[in-house]
Amino acid sequence: MSTNTETIQKLAQQDYKWGFVTDIEEERIPKGLNEDIIRVISAKKNEPEFMLEWRLKAFRHWASLERSDAEPKWANIKYGPIDYQGITYYSAPKQKKQLNSLDELDPEILSTYEKLGIPLAEQKMLAGVAVDAVFDSVSVATTFKGKLAEAGVIFCSFSEAVQKHPDLVKKYLGSVVPVTDNFFAALNSAVFSDGSFVYVPKGVRCPLELSTYFRINAAETGQFERTLIIADEGAYVSYLEGCTAPIRDENQLHAAVVELIALDNAQIKYSTVQNWYPGDKQGKGGIYNFVTKRGACRGVNSKISWTQVETGSAITWKYPSCILQGDNSVGEFYSVALTNNYQQADTGTKMIHLGKNTSSTVVSKGISAGHGQNTYRGQVKILKGAQGARNYTQCDSLLIGDKCGAHTFPYIEVKNSSARMEHEASTSKIGEDQLFYLQQRGLKTEDAVSMIVNGFCKQVFRELPMEFAVEAQKLLSVSLEGSVG
Amino acid sequence: MSLLEIKNLHVNVDGHEILKGIDLTINPGEVHSIMGPNGSGKSTLAQVLARRDAYHVIKGSVSFNGKDLLEMKPEEAACEGVFLAFQYPVEIPGISNAYFLRSALNAQRKFRGEEEMDAMDFLPFFRDKLKLLEMDEKLMNRSLNEGFSGGEKKRNEVLQMSILQPRLAVLDETDSGLDIDALRIVANGVNALRSPERGFLVVTHYQRLLNYIKPDFVHVLVDGRIVRSGGPELALELEDKGYGWIEQEAAAV
Repeated sequence: MSTNTETIQKLAQQDYKWGFVTDIEEERIPKGLNEDIIRVISAKKNEPEFMLEWRLKAFRHWASLERSDAEPKWANIKYGPIDYQGITYYSAPKQKKQLNSLDELDPEILSTYEKLGIPLAEQKMLAGVAVDAVFDSVSVATTFKGKLAEAGVIFCSFSEAVQKHPDLVKKYLGSVVPVTDNFFAALNSAVFSDGSFVYVPKGVRCPLELSTYFRINAAETGQFERTLIIADEGAYVSYLEGCTAPIRDENQLHAAVVELIALDNAQIKYSTVQNWYPGDKQGKGGIYNFVTKRGACRGVNSKISWTQVETGSAITWKYPSCILQGDNSVGEFYSVALTNNYQQADTGTKMIHLGKNTSSTVVSKGISAGHGQNTYRGQVKILKGAQGARNYTQCDSLLIGDKCGAHTFPYIEVKNSSARMEHEASTSKIGEDQLFYLQQRGLKTEDAVSMIVNGFCKQVFRELPMEFAVEAQKLLSVSLEGSVG
Repeated sequence: MSLLEIKNLHVNVDGHEILKGIDLTINPGEVHSIMGPNGSGKSTLAQVLARRDAYHVIKGSVSFNGKDLLEMKPEEAACEGVFLAFQYPVEIPGISNAYFLRSALNAQRKFRGEEEMDAMDFLPFFRDKLKLLEMDEKLMNRSLNEGFSGGEKKRNEVLQMSILQPRLAVLDETDSGLDIDALRIVANGVNALRSPERGFLVVTHYQRLLNYIKPDFVHVLVDGRIVRSGGPELALELEDKGYGWIEQEAAAV
């Protein structure tokens, strides 16, 4: 056996570094899903009537889809049937009172964050990041509200937004991803327990990078996050989302919905580093990450930019998209998706051009290692009225070893002849030659591999906010350990 | 102690015996040149010294600086001071030349228990070497070898060598594909590194390079064996007469 293979196999024995379970009292409702459960969730959250109605509408739609077996099956992913009645749809860490400071936080929760390397405390202020930490499904701590409030920015848990800003919620919730959009979005709309809400008022540039860390921590508890971000006219906001999850044997369903709305001259930058538990080396366990993310560039000259680094989850099903409605609006999608061992990813984007002179950029980097299957699925749609629309798509796949797969499904639909479309695609393998070259200069195999892969992803990483870019590189190296043959 | 001592080295590639008993000793400060026709095993020898996997040593020994080279992984050999200037340097997109070089240098320094060099110290050191090789600083922020011309790639190899400062530098046909100016520049780079503690093994087809890099010894490799060794005059003789006569002589033995 070659030395490379040996090193790699040794590295492959390493376990998921962030797997641990925190022991916290939980408040649960019975397993399963029906209208009563929806009512309980809504009541527990003390929601106004319109929210309950909205949830029920979503539930009824979802139930009809489930009865007619309408769970989407077109993606290039394989998984067994999900027992939707076996899932607990609500769990929240028990808390007796509102917290005034972090010192009052359950020390167990604090130490979990520390293990995750998430400095919820003062360090973040120095780094200029406000954190709205979602622990399980309920937000337990929110910081930097003061500074944001000064600027007029609303950044809070979704539950709080429902209580304090019901008009905004009512106006925008479901306006980008309607309850009937798709199976998982309908499910999320019916049962979501919490999430984040951001509103940046007219002409305000949000003074901090907003970041939320999601984490699944209760066995057999599906996590359904809901995020709604609104950038009013001329506003700017950059939002960071990152997550890791502890080791579990059962598959855990994660079906989040994110809606972004950019009005005239507004900009939203949404960055994700996703590192849910990917399952073990045999493909057992791991998170099912079925996410609907969509942004609407409603206003003229608006811009929405998605950047994602997807290294975790057993299955990823995710297409952060842009609806380019306003004239001159801009949509961007930068993605790194890595699948190792038996991970599967079917991810990409949709760029829907409606307005005049709209432009979109898609850069997708797929990395497959082990038995991983990686699919890029993208749709660029230029509608009739989208005079002068432009799209640039670049889609690269990197294969590591000979048991993995890379697949590309680009759909292009052009109904206006003035459109300019560019599409580039490539598939390459990490060559023995490249590895040997770097080793010959003194770099260890694993460092050589991560250098090659990081180089491959550079175009995407440079779109990430600085501290995330560093985290993303680290993550990629960890996720790749033991992948080259 | 000799720097490199190769004894009765037999090497298989894809089941074929390519090297059939090589003996070669290089002392610190010496420049040896290996010449020979295509397919004689010159590059194989270079790759074995750099510890490439696909080259299987079936017999013999190689000691480097008193240590068993054949026990080393490629990165260990590199860190111990073996440098190979590749005949065909690969391209690695997205990694800047400068970043790569500093990473490599620091990997080696770390291995030797030395302190890593930070960017501030690295830069002036790096700029000196660029000047020596008459390379444009802009090349350094470009991806490693990506879109470099053949000549730029070869110069980049010698640049790496001057930064990593190996104990033994193996140049695998570094002269091939170089025009006369580039050849002179590359040779200058190599000559600047010549020192009493450093050894060179210069693999080449042509005598041309040896006009610029004066070897102490010339060895002729034919069909996996060194069939003749001599001084620089041997290279001139080969240039004059070709390899045919030596091949015939070797076959007659």
